[in-house]
Amino acid sequence: MALDVPAYLVPSPWRVAQVLVADADMLFASLAVTLKITLLAFACATVLGVLIAFAFVQSRVLEAALFPYAVLLQVTPIVAIAPLIIIWVKDPTASLVICATLVALFPIIANTTLGLRSVNAGLLGYFQLQRATRWQTLLRLRIPSALPYFFGGLRISSGLALIGAVVAEFVAGTGGTGSGLAYQILQAGYQLNIPRMFAALALITLTGVLLFALMALLSRWALGSWHESEAPNE
Amino acid sequence: MEVQAAQKTYPGGTQALLPVNLAVREGEFVTLLGPSGCGKSTLLKMVAGLLQPSAGRVLLWGQTLDSTGPVNRRLGFVFQDATLMPWATVLSNVRLPLDLAGVPRAEADARVRTALAGVGLARFEHALPRELSGGMQMRVSIARGLVTEPRLLLMDEPFGALDEITRNRLDADLLALWKSRGLTVLFVTHSIHEAVFLSTRVLVMAARPGRIVADVPIAEPYPRRPEFRVSAAFSQHARKLHDILLQVSGDVDAQAPV
Repeated sequence: MALDVPAYLVPSPWRVAQVLVADADMLFASLAVTLKITLLAFACATVLGVLIAFAFVQSRVLEAALFPYAVLLQVTPIVAIAPLIIIWVKDPTASLVICATLVALFPIIANTTLGLRSVNAGLLGYFQLQRATRWQTLLRLRIPSALPYFFGGLRISSGLALIGAVVAEFVAGTGGTGSGLAYQILQAGYQLNIPRMFAALALITLTGVLLFALMALLSRWALGSWHESEAPNE
Repeated sequence: MEVQAAQKTYPGGTQALLPVNLAVREGEFVTLLGPSGCGKSTLLKMVAGLLQPSAGRVLLWGQTLDSTGPVNRRLGFVFQDATLMPWATVLSNVRLPLDLAGVPRAEADARVRTALAGVGLARFEHALPRELSGGMQMRVSIARGLVTEPRLLLMDEPFGALDEITRNRLDADLLALWKSRGLTVLFVTHSIHEAVFLSTRVLVMAARPGRIVADVPIAEPYPRRPEFRVSAAFSQHARKLHDILLQVSGDVDAQAPV
């Protein structure tokens, strides 16, 4: 019978909910830690990614020179370099934020660069005709044109920042530096406290969904009035 | 005021435009008429300073275009597409050239409202481009071209993408603006009827290689009413332009290698 599955393999949702309430203090404290790392990393990735994209768009040479490194960063598994970063950087929070930033950075760079380049050719010609400066063109044409792509990047990166934070915590957690949700999962695993593992997992998933929804909302707020992607179906 | 285009060639691999001469006097409405590939847009872009002539030079009010800045501010542009910023309201779109030139906001807004009223869009200043029809977007584009109070308005097939009824209305409105504001217009089109209806003078162009083959004055009085389109005089002018175009394209076919 399906209902005979022992709780140490797959606990019932009810059991998980009970644990979530019973261990709420501990779990939500951990959630706060993970969330702080996620948000810090997300913010760093956004600022860094946008700055790098601006630099890329101003100079093709710079882009050709540096883009391979961005790709390298993207394809290197974070679990492989996380131990190094954790060793190199003394402050545990900082090291985790760096790891998560590295994971979340690439979509912002790639999308924003693409967006800044995806400018209507006619409009660009018009700006040239009006002798617009480089700065005016960036501010009034390239940045607004890039917004839809940028928000697409934000949606991807918000989830990646969370994943990066959890993965980094996993690597660091066994070293006793963290107390985030990944640490709780590891601890609960050692103690065979499967319901608590599921409770922590549920919190992580929920956080990811909330972040994504928040980004979708932000995108709608910024683009809703003019961009096709947010237009209501008529 | 005068636009003097001395000899200029524009090679784009092949020769896109043979050396041409043309002068436009103040207050004229000159149309460049020709088939696709005759270099009429190329010519217009050189006048606009968007393309550099490979030989020869373009003179605006006695100055070459190389001296950027003030000369250029006296030009207005309208393209085939409305090329509006989709994220900006009609008001901000029309204000764009003034913003780029650093005109103070209050003065700019006042001029924008005048320009919008001129094209009959005063009530739509807070609308976004996507909320407007193709014809209305084109009107916004014309308002943007006029808001700088240009001495020369360059128009590159501005109504080419519109249906005929809308196009005829905009043609009539454009003529009204041209008269009331004393504009000078250099207009590009591939429509014979549009050329006849609008112009004081039509320059017929031919393709492969691009060149000007005829300079046809349309000596008909203004204002030109819609009835002008079905008058005998209109047909005669259209016929003449038609014959020239046919003759020129025939030449090309005769020369074409078998």
